[in-house]
Amino acid sequence: MAPYIARRLLLTVPLLIVVSFVTFLLIRLSPMDPAEVVLQAQETPQITEELLAQTREELGMNDPFLLQYANWLMSCFRLDFGESYVSGQPVWSLIGPAFANTLSLTLISSVFIIVLSTLLGVVSALREGSLADKSTRGLSFFLTAIPSYGLASVLIWLLAVKLDWLPTSGMDSAASFVLPVAVIAVNYVGIYFRTVRSSVLSNKNEEYVLYARASGLSERAVTMRILRNSLQVAVAIFGMSIPIILGSTVVIENVFAWPGLGRLSVKAILSRDFPIIQAYVLIVAVAFVVINTVSDIVNAAINPKLRSERA
Amino acid sequence: MNTLEVKGLSVWDEATGSAIVRDSSFVLRQGRCLAIVGESGSGKSMTCKAIMRLNRGTIRQSGRVLLNGEDIGELSEAEMRKRRGKNVCMIVQNGMAAFDPSRPVGVHLRETLRTHFGWGRSEAEGVLRVAMESVMLREPLELMNKYPHQLSGGMLQRVMIALALALRPDVIIADEPTTALDAISQYEVVEQFVRLREEMGCSLLFVSHDLGVVKKIADDVVVMKDGMIVESGSLEAVFGGSRHSYTQYLLSSRLTLSRHFQSIMEGGA
Amino acid sequence: MSLWNQLSKDKWAVASMSVIGVILLAGVLAPWIAPNDPYAVQMRLRFASPSWEYWLGNDHLGRCILSRIIYGIRHSILWVLAALAASVLIGALIGFAAGYFRGRTDAVLMRICDVMLSFPGYVMMLAIVGILGPGLENILLAFIVMKWAWFARVIRTSVMQYAEMDYVRFAKAVGIRHRTILIRHMLPAALPDIAVIASGSICSMILQVSGLSFLSLGIQAPYAEWGMMLNEARAVMFSRPELMLAPGLAIVISVMAFNFLADSIQVALDPKLRTKSARRRTKEAENKAYEYVRG
Repeated sequence: MAPYIARRLLLTVPLLIVVSFVTFLLIRLSPMDPAEVVLQAQETPQITEELLAQTREELGMNDPFLLQYANWLMSCFRLDFGESYVSGQPVWSLIGPAFANTLSLTLISSVFIIVLSTLLGVVSALREGSLADKSTRGLSFFLTAIPSYGLASVLIWLLAVKLDWLPTSGMDSAASFVLPVAVIAVNYVGIYFRTVRSSVLSNKNEEYVLYARASGLSERAVTMRILRNSLQVAVAIFGMSIPIILGSTVVIENVFAWPGLGRLSVKAILSRDFPIIQAYVLIVAVAFVVINTVSDIVNAAINPKLRSERA
Repeated sequence: MNTLEVKGLSVWDEATGSAIVRDSSFVLRQGRCLAIVGESGSGKSMTCKAIMRLNRGTIRQSGRVLLNGEDIGELSEAEMRKRRGKNVCMIVQNGMAAFDPSRPVGVHLRETLRTHFGWGRSEAEGVLRVAMESVMLREPLELMNKYPHQLSGGMLQRVMIALALALRPDVIIADEPTTALDAISQYEVVEQFVRLREEMGCSLLFVSHDLGVVKKIADDVVVMKDGMIVESGSLEAVFGGSRHSYTQYLLSSRLTLSRHFQSIMEGGA
Repeated sequence: MSLWNQLSKDKWAVASMSVIGVILLAGVLAPWIAPNDPYAVQMRLRFASPSWEYWLGNDHLGRCILSRIIYGIRHSILWVLAALAASVLIGALIGFAAGYFRGRTDAVLMRICDVMLSFPGYVMMLAIVGILGPGLENILLAFIVMKWAWFARVIRTSVMQYAEMDYVRFAKAVGIRHRTILIRHMLPAALPDIAVIASGSICSMILQVSGLSFLSLGIQAPYAEWGMMLNEARAVMFSRPELMLAPGLAIVISVMAFNFLADSIQVALDPKLRTKSARRRTKEAENKAYEYVRG
């Protein structure tokens, strides 16, 4: 196991370097001159060539390209992502708390998604063809087709406005979590429930199940085997899902005015606040790589075959 | 005495209404080996599963299966479960897929022995070691800690035989145990089956489409085609003086193949 | 074509194909079948209830909702399909090259794919939109940029499988040109796999594009798009919640139709799905979930 972990971690390093480089490159690909954007964002009355040149110098844009990248990367390690073009505040002071808020939303939603979809998937696979199975499956088709923002709006209208049970937006108390978590969970449970279900179903037909029964093992022992093997697939997909939910809470955060990364980034996009966009992309991409690595290691730990195949 | 007697067994799929096995009857006598031969899809495997009452889902069966004179159709599911493994033990076709892929093979072996005999780990391992050594598996304790994907198909097949040895059942049902193997492992596995019979004197129901293997191991033969038994009798009677055209076809196609093989070998030499 | 025959036997597939057919046709023929001008602002008709002239009523600017829904098909569905086709095409070209020629070509192309796939899709789309600015064409461009790698990977796997088939090896051995082999033998063999992954990703694409439009990062006013219409309706959600109904239902119905179709295509192409040996089903379910969440 230890050599596998070492190898897997080693693989992550070049990936992180490439990811950071692409993130850095992104801003350079912009059709707009960052110096001009800065000046415009600060509402400089008259943008002169001189002023532009001076701003470029301040931004370090006259240095050789790779030096710029190295400088940028080093400052990223110190959590120094520059200052917002719009407000002039350090980017980290904006993005740090937002990241924490998004992370808590993501993790709480993931727990619900994992528990619910595993439960539903296992039950409906073990009772394949029953009414419970059919109705859950039908419902999942419907639920995955609902746009999350539409569902969010309807729930706000119904539960927060009409019935006044829950806060409409913001992040003030535990109750604030209910609606966003519910909407995220509904969207993903529909997908993952089906994955868990088909994984359990295909394991049910495996020869090891036949042999276990033929050996006179109890139905309980047989079911445990099916579950252990099918949940491996589920774990693999859940591992993948966490960073993806992290990246796709954008819409939900905007509907519920959640003070997280998604809302911050959309605001930044609309006002062309490049340092924030850049820091956002970098942070989520790094989180993506890190969580993927961790889930790969977890998968290898529970799935011996994977371990030796990838070794 | 008849260890296993199958009377008028029919198996069908309720969902599609198609018949899989039709009104089959045969007898497996104490200490004998009965081979069921036939092409794939002729209903051989379903017959095996029906004997163990392992057909699930929409598959239904009728007819009588007597194990040591006891009608298994009248047993409760819990009673039947006690018979499986201990009285009638099955060896499945694909060793590579027969064991839980996420646990070492020893887990299944010990669990089975604990279920039937209540043995603890050391007791089970003691018996298993002897059984595994007798089927030429070296370093059995180490082997029990290996995962299925770390072993070859032939080894896993012999692990199943070893488990059967440890369980000492009245009947062993082997469903195409050599099909998924290469020629050398096939030879080794067949050798172990031959020894198994010599040592334990248990009855063996051997399902195969490989007539060469059948010739080596069987006393009696049943020929199945499209879910029906078309011919049965002693090995000599069926293979020597077959009356049914289908058996003749099976035999001749095998002869043609081996002749073809021989002529290639000679031509190449 | 056998796929067609299979699908025409499946009642869910027929139903979903009819729904999709109607939607696509309505989108193409929008200028002829829309009852009114979707952009005509009539302040006196603000929030008017459904009438004989305006079947679904009027929005906050007095525009005909039905006409806007019909014109919205173009942006919400047709353009998304075009973007999907483009990324599948790029993915197919690269996947074919990698899977057929193998060796160094394969290694280089797949490393590029790995890098592309190590970025979370949704975030990269936001990044691209952030740099190029909001707009439907930028979103679709971002989609193509982010998606091709995923398609390339799947198509490569399927091509590799068929490139090892004897008839392809034989064709190679007797010196038939690569182009001929690719078009005559490999393309038809890989088409079913392409159909499965493409149909599987339509739904998530439609939802995401409309989601970005909902955030006003997508199509800009006055053009009609379902996600944007929902956003406009949300502004008056507390007084007139019924305005969310039409665009919401339009999205749900079309996504469900594509979802059912994707499922039917999978089943039709894999008759083993319902019987034993369901390994492939797990694999596809994984792919599907992966594809879905990929973003």
